[in-house]
Amino acid sequence: MSAESNAGTAPAKRSISVAAIGRALRRHALFVVLALLVILFQSREPAFLSLNNLFSVLQSVAVVALLGVGVTVTLAVDGFDLSVGSIAAFSLMLSSYAMVVLGLGAGATVALALAAGASIGLANGLLIVALRIPDLLATLGMMFLLAGLQLIPTGGRSITTGLALPDGSIARGAFDPNFLLTGRFKLWGLVPLPVVLVAFVALATWFLMERTRWGRVFYAVGGNETAAHYAGAPTKAYRVSAYVISGVFGALGGIFIAARIGRGDVFAGASLLLDSVAAALIGFAVLNRGHANVFGTVAGAIFVGVLLNGLTMLNVPYYTQDFVKGAVLVGALALTFGIGARR
Amino acid sequence: MPTPAALSSAASNAIAWRGVSKRFGATVALDGVDLEVRRGEAVALLGSNGAGKSTLAKIASGVLRPDAGSLTIGGRSVSLGSPRDARAAGVAVVHQRTDQLGAPGLDVAENLVLDQLCGGGLGWLARPSRIRARAAAIAAEIGLDLDLSADFNTLGPAHKQLVAIARAVGADASLLLLDEPTACLSAAEAATLFNVIDRLRAKGVGVLYISHRMADIERIADRLVVLRNGRIVGEQTRPFDFKLGIRQMIGRDVDTAAAPRPRGATMAKIEGLRLTPRGAPFDLDLAAGEIVALVGALGAGKSRLLRTLYGLEPIVAGSVNLGGKPWRPKNPAESIAKGVFLAGEDRWATSLLPAATPASDIAGTIALPHRKAWFPRGIVDGAVERKAALGAIEALRIRCRGPADSLESLSGGNQQKVVIGRWRAAPSRLLLLDEPFQGVDIGARRDLVESLRASRVEGATLVAVSDVEEALECADRVAVMRDHAIVALHDVDRGGADAIMNSLSAIEGESAAGARS
Repeated sequence: MSAESNAGTAPAKRSISVAAIGRALRRHALFVVLALLVILFQSREPAFLSLNNLFSVLQSVAVVALLGVGVTVTLAVDGFDLSVGSIAAFSLMLSSYAMVVLGLGAGATVALALAAGASIGLANGLLIVALRIPDLLATLGMMFLLAGLQLIPTGGRSITTGLALPDGSIARGAFDPNFLLTGRFKLWGLVPLPVVLVAFVALATWFLMERTRWGRVFYAVGGNETAAHYAGAPTKAYRVSAYVISGVFGALGGIFIAARIGRGDVFAGASLLLDSVAAALIGFAVLNRGHANVFGTVAGAIFVGVLLNGLTMLNVPYYTQDFVKGAVLVGALALTFGIGARR
Repeated sequence: MPTPAALSSAASNAIAWRGVSKRFGATVALDGVDLEVRRGEAVALLGSNGAGKSTLAKIASGVLRPDAGSLTIGGRSVSLGSPRDARAAGVAVVHQRTDQLGAPGLDVAENLVLDQLCGGGLGWLARPSRIRARAAAIAAEIGLDLDLSADFNTLGPAHKQLVAIARAVGADASLLLLDEPTACLSAAEAATLFNVIDRLRAKGVGVLYISHRMADIERIADRLVVLRNGRIVGEQTRPFDFKLGIRQMIGRDVDTAAAPRPRGATMAKIEGLRLTPRGAPFDLDLAAGEIVALVGALGAGKSRLLRTLYGLEPIVAGSVNLGGKPWRPKNPAESIAKGVFLAGEDRWATSLLPAATPASDIAGTIALPHRKAWFPRGIVDGAVERKAALGAIEALRIRCRGPADSLESLSGGNQQKVVIGRWRAAPSRLLLLDEPFQGVDIGARRDLVESLRASRVEGATLVAVSDVEEALECADRVAVMRDHAIVALHDVDRGGADAIMNSLSAIEGESAAGARS
């Protein structure tokens, strides 16, 4: 037996090391590509690595990352929240409406928007758990419902002071300056507040999903609901709460957008769903995890943000952006599911 | 070597295995098996779990290749590389699971010609009239009386099975292989199935019938073959001596549970319990440290009793007392908190997480139901989980590299050890095991039994098994179930083996009489 294993040692060793390099490359593929991109962009455009530009990249991806984290939690329970972009857009319109038309202050507006997000998430969860509508279909329905609902109170117009309402009256309210600060304030004149808040939320969610027993149960419910139930988990409650978390994160994202642009823009939330879903799916490939995970989602969002920012600096036309995102997503999925898949 | 008689019998063979052996790693599944089924003959195959029945069937259906020996179908030596080859050679297989019998959403006619539809035998244009005509011909051939336009999904399990059989034999089969076909059928449905089998036999189709049910075997078989540890250990022609058959299936050295163990105070007291509104009420006392096995046919209510005690099914009537207090669990979480554990039937369905799930390794699998107790503050400590896993690996002799191994990398027996290890990782008052020896080889079964019988077990254990052999091996007492109630209770150590077999064959005999009337 020992003679046999001796004879087989040399080629075995080589193939192991090749395999190990392959594994390491796959594990860190996103970061390797990111490093190459940073070097490329920096060599072409020295302003790329300035702190100001880096934080503007983070600011641009903060909302997508936040929504992506919400989608990640729903993916963990083997669901899929297609309505998260619409929830953000709805929350954007709702908070604008609350201040401009109803004349509420910043605190009340934020509370209202978050409560709305939680309720929509709850509704999603109940459609799925109580009525047994498949996740994709229930949240697709909710997506349409919200996209339409947000237009009705204003007759399809964007919300600014002086808006003429469908009943003929004029809205006299305005955005609360404190509310605007949520989106515009920069710590030390450099770090945008939304970036800090999103980083905090993402970190908390990462901790929940990776380090606590509740996180393990979220994944167990997604892996095998029967087994999780037999092991004592209230599986329906977990599935509902995943959608509530996603709804609240969506609403928070909407608040950040409203506070930054300072008006209830009907079209502001258009690409949020696809971008956040893409971030969550790219996250599968990060560290070769092969499943939805918070760190991967945030890394995926940042990756796409850096790529788009760099390409914009290099004067690549804006209309190629979706193509680039699509290419990144397909590449990441090929890495996760195809190329030298695990095992 | 072949005599003229043997040659002529070769021509009338539906199928013959000659010196077939198959090993899986260290386990010998088949050890030089010689078996033949003649045209028009029905042979029943009897054997406990792991005896090699399904390996024999898989070799005939092209799923597995034998390591040694040969297979002859219709007098010609064949080498089957795939289920498709087997179909082409004339072997029709009908599996036990009803969810794989046909395509829901298509109607009966389309299901009957499914193979031709998929294989292109009907041309690329699926003309309804042509499908209907072909399907009607197939149905008529075996006397299948069904509405051909009904959706497959609306059929009961028996009719689904009949459609699957009709489809399987439609293409000129010489052998029909049935694996526990009546497991999910009522007596009347089974009778319909038997009539169809009779017609097929009259047409010269050979039938190999794998079953535990003596009543079925009595009804249809010409010959009874007993398989044990991969060898044929008994063969009978009519009239059958089932007691002999069971004895051969179990082996002469019946491993009854070793030394009788001290029985503690009453741990659980079941009084007047009804599992279904029409089920009879029954009582059962479980003592601390005692293992009671539940035996009985599929559908006798073994799983239901365990699920009821675990809070997965409501208590219809009667009472359960656990450690002196009334026990009426609302859900598994409450049961786990109170030390009532259930390892469900079919581990991949009820216990294990797929490999892509985080924390689905050995350590995570064992920790899953215990994290609430182990980590009250919510933060998971990997070291605690690893330690519990190492304990289980040692106690149950789980063959693996370590606690971080994925379950999919383990053999079936070792997977099952992880499942049992999970529920031994915390002290239990009532341990409920549903078919814990399903798909487990003999060696692993010994380890599991040993672990269950280790004297440090304080709680009571209730084990549902489908084989008497398994019951005798692990239990102190055996409870026989029928129609959702316990109808007999035997001590294993006081010469119980015979009494249990008598009791079981009496019950089987009754249901056989019921099926015939």
